[in-house]
Amino acid sequence: MALPETEITLRVNGETVRKRVEPRQHLIDFLREGLDLTGSHVGCEHGVCGACTVRVDGRIVRGCLMLAVQADGRSVETIEGVSDSGELADLQHAFHQRNALQCGFCTPGMLLCAGELLATTPAATREQIREHISGNYCRCTGYQAIVDAIETTLASRRANPAGAGT
Amino acid sequence: MSARDELPVQGAEQTLTRGHVGSPDPRPNARRLLQGRGVYIDDLRLPRLAHVVFLRSPHAHARIVRVDSSRARQAPGVIAIFDGATIAQVCKPWVGVLAHLKGIRSPTQYPLAMERACWQGEPVIAVVAQTRAQGEDARDLVEIEWETLPALVDMDDALAGNPVLHPELGDNICFQREVDTGGIDQVFAQADIVVEETFHFGRHTGVCPEGRAILADYNAAEHSLTVHHATQAPHMMHDIISRHLDIPEANVRVICHDVGGAYGIKVHVYPDEMCTAAIAMLLRRPVKFQADRMESFVSDIHAREHKATVRLAATKDGRILGFDLHDLTAIGPYSVYPRTSGIEGNQVVNLTGGPYRHSHYRARMQAVFTNKNVTCQYRAVGHPIAVAITEGIVDLAAQRLNIDPAEFRRRNLIPDDAYPYAFPSGIRFEKLSHHQCLERLLALMNYEGLRADQAQARERGCYRGIGLAAMIEVTNPSAAFYGVGGARISSQDGATLRLEPTGALTVLCSVTEQGQGTETVFAQIAADTVGISMDKVRVITGDTATTPYGGGTWGSRGAGIGGEAVLQSGRALRANILEAAAAILACDRATLEVANDAIVDRLSLRPLLTLAELGRICYYRPDTLPPGFQSELMVTRHYVPRDYAFAFTNGIQASWVEVDTETGFVKLLGHWCVEDCGTVINPLLVDEQIRGGVVQGIGAALFEECCYDDAGQMLNAHLGDYLVPMAGEMPDIVCAHVQTPTHTSELGAKGAGEAGTAGAPAAVMNAINDALVPLEARVTAQPFTPERILAALGRV
Ligand code: FES
Ligand code: FES
Repeated sequence: MALPETEITLRVNGETVRKRVEPRQHLIDFLREGLDLTGSHVGCEHGVCGACTVRVDGRIVRGCLMLAVQADGRSVETIEGVSDSGELADLQHAFHQRNALQCGFCTPGMLLCAGELLATTPAATREQIREHISGNYCRCTGYQAIVDAIETTLASRRANPAGAGT
Repeated sequence: MSARDELPVQGAEQTLTRGHVGSPDPRPNARRLLQGRGVYIDDLRLPRLAHVVFLRSPHAHARIVRVDSSRARQAPGVIAIFDGATIAQVCKPWVGVLAHLKGIRSPTQYPLAMERACWQGEPVIAVVAQTRAQGEDARDLVEIEWETLPALVDMDDALAGNPVLHPELGDNICFQREVDTGGIDQVFAQADIVVEETFHFGRHTGVCPEGRAILADYNAAEHSLTVHHATQAPHMMHDIISRHLDIPEANVRVICHDVGGAYGIKVHVYPDEMCTAAIAMLLRRPVKFQADRMESFVSDIHAREHKATVRLAATKDGRILGFDLHDLTAIGPYSVYPRTSGIEGNQVVNLTGGPYRHSHYRARMQAVFTNKNVTCQYRAVGHPIAVAITEGIVDLAAQRLNIDPAEFRRRNLIPDDAYPYAFPSGIRFEKLSHHQCLERLLALMNYEGLRADQAQARERGCYRGIGLAAMIEVTNPSAAFYGVGGARISSQDGATLRLEPTGALTVLCSVTEQGQGTETVFAQIAADTVGISMDKVRVITGDTATTPYGGGTWGSRGAGIGGEAVLQSGRALRANILEAAAAILACDRATLEVANDAIVDRLSLRPLLTLAELGRICYYRPDTLPPGFQSELMVTRHYVPRDYAFAFTNGIQASWVEVDTETGFVKLLGHWCVEDCGTVINPLLVDEQIRGGVVQGIGAALFEECCYDDAGQMLNAHLGDYLVPMAGEMPDIVCAHVQTPTHTSELGAKGAGEAGTAGAPAAVMNAINDALVPLEARVTAQPFTPERILAALGRV
């Protein structure tokens, strides 16, 4: 049952947001319903599919497993913000060239998840890539194109470290 | 690139250009999805939007004794609560039968259960509230008194009528069919060998990443309904909504936005979705239903619960004589509207034995009612069953005869020069390429090399296996699929092409997009046919108010049927453009050509007039054109296959696995697929679609099953418990093509979207069984879980 709303203040894609939320509201619902940031998706609401992946203080989290109130005072980034900053533009380009998406429902979560691998494991092998994205469900692609696109981006970032993102 | 390189070679207006068609163009419409700027139904924001949630039956079979919604009505944010009787006043019920499936029966189905619920998950009460959370809170306050009834969950019990689920029907048989080419008992009695096996297939489902979703927006002043719907078939839904809600056809509009996966799941009429549309009318406002994951598992159609016994007779030199099949399938309490739940079993009958020359065939299938969720057409409909039955028994015959499985197929696949070819059962093939595909596959996978590896591995106690699975597939379905049975489902599709004043091209097509790349292949075809560059083409699909009428996307028909409509429309537009150019340039039309966004001199290729200039003149300065000349820069053409009921395609897959005999786990070491879908319009897109299909098929083979207990409760309606394939367990999949264009269209494209799903389960099964040969173990019940493999090995 609904409890009284509480106020939270956080940064979302660089903007300061002050909102009243129900304590039970999940971060993903707050982003989608409260802020109309609909780029992050809801696929299962129980932490399995990864469609709701967003970043909180630089780390990826499942937006359906975190409450909005837990994001109070923190910094949240979504696919919209990351797209505008151009930080994953090379990865997005590789996804596009390789057709690493069909319906696109899994894609924002997949990109943010892969983005973490790009940042943490520049020499990741194909197997490590598969392992890393194994919490993100894609029903359309067969995963191979996604793995290819991440692999290509890793390689080009290694070849040209300054050229990451845009 | 020189101008000549880019010049369309359509010259005599007969052959298709080869500029974009055949090239791996990325999808322009993928850009928005890559930035999270797609729009799925749940992303829409409408004023006064209300949210509906459903109270679903917690029982597989129960009578509704009493409903008390009084507390729920007082809950915060609640707008209205509806029961079955109220909704039935505005939404006519339906019966999921088709005339060409002789004898198929189903009881009348209502949007909400009326007096009893027949499966766990059936919608019973609709709660409408300001927010979804409020709706869910209120739903918990609705009190229903149930009288539980015996649940019919087992297929054999159902067949025996123990008990009869719908007493008015007399027994539990929804549909049955028999095919008998005659004389089979004698052939089997005299054959050198007869092999027999019973295969079981676990019920599974599509698990679309985006749950089903509909937002219905009623305008009381106009008595009009705009339906934003995650559907594959907007015109079908348009017709159904109009007729069942009694709204004139012209007052309905169905719009598809981005659809988060469909795979056949989103092509059916769902009671909760019809109820949502009815509620929008009753409340005179927009109402949205977005299925959550748990309710998706118990309300999205399921598929493929089959038990099939098959026999194969062959000569001792390895020639197949005939197949004898008995297939039993359980379809839930209702045949799904409007496509029915008889098609899957029907396809199993049509397709079993399909790749192989044989003279005798007998098949019997029965679809029975049970108290589980309904089943209906899901990606590859019937093919995964038919291919697994066929390939499983073919491998068993090869093993019995001690003939290598590849060689056994070589001896029995229909020869590539035998076409047109017809089976004794009446199925006709225009042209297939089984042998080319087989040889290509064996080379691609290095069959001999893998056999050597397998032998070495066995010496170290490591069990590896190779599984082959040849297949035929039904694609480009004509009216024979649904229309002849009385379903108001279009088998023809249309494309409108409009040259804009800037020289851009707008394409409107009735085939829809769920990410397969439909819009991209249409842009490729349009660009080539008209003579325009791809970046000038904009494709619009999925809106019944603007696109031509058509069937939408299902049955591997988008590229083959929609693509041909675009091609024909492009041809006609190009002719009109040349006519306008001749009028503007005051020259003979035969001296002109369209290329590179301009009118060029046909011989010198010298640009004479850009399409932008032509557009400007035709739209803004028609006064300067010769008297009496009217340009027509928008044309529409339609296409439907007529010569064959279906464009059959063929292909073959191979799986290479390692079975851990201690744990029962299967490791996928490799997977190959050679497919002949006729003209390949875009290899980048088709390959990944095939891979996606393969992975879906692997899911069926190894992980996916809707598990029910004896009371008809689904035990794993949760993504944590219902296992789907994830990246870590999947192998890289090698795809290749043989191209045998169909002559039933100029484009020559056949379907490809279901190929992967059709053949992968059989390939994996045969690979596992091949690995287990030395241990004299076999598995025949999908999914092949570690437990089942260990059981086959006698370890549990
Ligand atoms: S919606 Fe959060 S993991 Fe599926
Ligand atoms: S692209 Fe559809 S789920 Fe990944």
